Amino acid sequence: MACCQSRRKTPPPSAVHCRSWLLLAALCNLCWRGRRSSSFTIKPGLQTLMTLAIKEHEQHERLEKLKTLFGLPVNKAKLTSQRTRLKNQNGFHLCRLGREVYTFVSTSRMSGSLLNMFSKGTKRKFSDGDEEISDESLVGARVASSYSLQRQSLLDMSLIKLQLCHMLVEPNLCRSVLIANTVRQIQEEMTHDGSWHMVAEAFCSAGQSPSERLVATEVLCRSREQDAEPKLFSVISYEGCREEEVVADETLCSVSVSDTVSNVCLAGRIGQCWEKSELSGVERDEEALEDSRLGSGEDEEIDTKDRASTESPKTIGQVFGTFEIKNGSPGPDSALEELFSDVDTSYYDLDTMLTGMQSAPKMGPYDILDSLAPSHSSPSIVSTPNCRSDLNELDHIMEIIVGS
Amino acid sequence: FPIILKSDVISTVEFNQTGEFLATGDKGGRVVIFQREPQGEYNVYSTFQSHEPEFDYLKSLEIEEKINKIRWLPPHNPAHFLLTTNDKTVKLWKVSERDKRAEGYNLRDEEGRLKDLSTITTLQVPVLRPMDLLVEASPRRVFANAHAYHINSISVNSDCETYLSADDLRINLWHLNITDRSFNIVDLKPENMEDLSEVITVAEFHPHHCHLLAFSSSTGTTRLCDMRARALCDQHAKLFEEAVDPSRRSFFSEIVSSVSDVKFSHSGRYLLTRDYLTVKVWDLNMENKPLETYQVHDYLRTKLCSLYESDCIFDKFECAWNGTDSVIMTGAYNNYFRMFDRASLRDVTLEASREVCKRRAVLQPRRVCVGKKRKETDVSVDSLDFRKKILHTAWHPKENIIAIAASNNLYIFQDRMAPNGHHNTPEIQSAPPK
Repeated sequence: MACCQSRRKTPPPSAVHCRSWLLLAALCNLCWRGRRSSSFTIKPGLQTLMTLAIKEHEQHERLEKLKTLFGLPVNKAKLTSQRTRLKNQNGFHLCRLGREVYTFVSTSRMSGSLLNMFSKGTKRKFSDGDEEISDESLVGARVASSYSLQRQSLLDMSLIKLQLCHMLVEPNLCRSVLIANTVRQIQEEMTHDGSWHMVAEAFCSAGQSPSERLVATEVLCRSREQDAEPKLFSVISYEGCREEEVVADETLCSVSVSDTVSNVCLAGRIGQCWEKSELSGVERDEEALEDSRLGSGEDEEIDTKDRASTESPKTIGQVFGTFEIKNGSPGPDSALEELFSDVDTSYYDLDTMLTGMQSAPKMGPYDILDSLAPSHSSPSIVSTPNCRSDLNELDHIMEIIVGS
Repeated sequence: FPIILKSDVISTVEFNQTGEFLATGDKGGRVVIFQREPQGEYNVYSTFQSHEPEFDYLKSLEIEEKINKIRWLPPHNPAHFLLTTNDKTVKLWKVSERDKRAEGYNLRDEEGRLKDLSTITTLQVPVLRPMDLLVEASPRRVFANAHAYHINSISVNSDCETYLSADDLRINLWHLNITDRSFNIVDLKPENMEDLSEVITVAEFHPHHCHLLAFSSSTGTTRLCDMRARALCDQHAKLFEEAVDPSRRSFFSEIVSSVSDVKFSHSGRYLLTRDYLTVKVWDLNMENKPLETYQVHDYLRTKLCSLYESDCIFDKFECAWNGTDSVIMTGAYNNYFRMFDRASLRDVTLEASREVCKRRAVLQPRRVCVGKKRKETDVSVDSLDFRKKILHTAWHPKENIIAIAASNNLYIFQDRMAPNGHHNTPEIQSAPPK
């Protein structure tokens, strides 16, 4: 996980382990993406290891298999249990976030508000707990009113739903829109009663951004007071990845920061959620987000200093307003190259994704039909034969491993 | 804890215009058609695979084979025609019977092999002989590639020549005989996708006026559009929306007001809309408020936060009119479904589940209580099973026969006692699992 998001110059000690996890996840995806009864989906592209979409009715054995595969203790808990939480030796919890989504979240990475959401009534154990969440700062930073708390947890829940709404199929647009509207409503109310502004100021004191940070992240978190001319994002999904890292770290450090950073930076995903569904699939972004969320878990100490977002976050409206696809930039690519230098990128080819995105910026009513024409779709189609032959191979390997 | 295959879950139920046939579609892309026997029972008539799962390589996404809607065409010849749709493709199926077979061909023998021509000395006229009934389903039209978003509804026009298909943002008008093009009549897609705040949830043609259609949105509004006014019906002719009391507004108000089903009454005068907690009857002539509002499960109003967390708040329940437009029906949780008699304002809650329903048994009404139980049979709100939901229901167009889909089970209830509509003593008629 860490190898996806690490900004460190030297690869982390567990790079090999991470890489094998990443590859394994990719294999899982390829193997188990059966048509009718697929349960686990990890999309090619910028993948996340840890976000799995499990349908509620899936057989119990599949979960057991997966757990065995990832080194988790096999648990007799039923799939339908809302609060299933497993822990493995690396300090990751398998959390059931919703009806259909499980995610691996580092034990020590979960913020207070998230934990509250997911562990109603069940005892939480920070057993590997290297990090401690300072409860004083959690409580102290929060506005001491239950309405605000509720509102905040609703906001967190909504943002997570938006990020994790990917499945093998395109996400339900109606649901995404309704959740996004809820987020907007909360944000408007928070802006209105000043709690937004208060939190936004908290950002100004954060440190300098590292040189390798993407342009887009900087842009996204620029102060509201500055004039927001349309900024360009280079790789949308990748940016999401970076933003999410920032969020995750902030989330861990202090609640007030986490709340709004998650609001804004993650809110960028809202617009992208259904944009993606039309352009290239929401899964990649959200997996990228998940990737970063998880990856940051291991690097927290080092990355916090490096990557704190400097400026106040924008409102959702401003985030949406500056959303635009940039036609390629050298900077992010080189950063990407560096990060992925030790990972086999044969079948999640970022260039393909980049060019694929460029070729379909905004689509009119029947552009989907046009995009199927060779001229537009050639980048995507070129990649798929490569993918497919690899897919078959990996499918085969995976089947042997899993024995399914 | 029974394991139910996802592919067996019923996703749509629809009677045909005479009520003789009942079609069900499931998540596995299969369509099962039941036919009413002379004795009154429904038995399987035909089963076919309507849609297959597809993979969109461009977006790297799977297209589910789940049948979202089935609509029967009005009968015009002995064969039966129905439209079925999944998320992307609409298909027109012809279901026809064959009970005769020609025998005595000259050039081929009984097995179909070509005869040696030198052995033919005389000519014979083939005769038709009866055979076992064979029901064949064949796809006659495939209407594809017109929707960038997921199709949520189809509706056949009263002119019997055109039909509409609606996805999250657009509604297209098709001619039943033309598959390579359709007209876009409603387009809600904003210039900038980030401004998107409203999607289309259901669309339906008026039962008598071929120029009127209604569509509902996620913001709780229902629009009536007149196709005569202009080619693109983004401007509505009527907008049915009930003002929400601002003091009662919560963060869930919009989600709860999102309309999950729209049905015109058989008379064409009223509109039935279902949102998360209520079902409303609208008079087409009055836009600002509904004629009647019925609370389906108001006890959930305090549980909206946990329903939001579990995604149950996004469940789309359907609703139905009875043949005389005097009773309306809709589903709820815990395998309950509700019926409201508009005249007497009485309502009843019934349960559709195997444990409770035995053949020919009379269904007992249920009651959900919020606090203490007043009766033994009361069910507490906290013990409701939110995984058991009745989303799809259908009412026979003429008689008091209803079809209820509860995950992979289909229940058909008949009311023999009270022909005027109130289901005091319904009988369970069949519940075949797949």
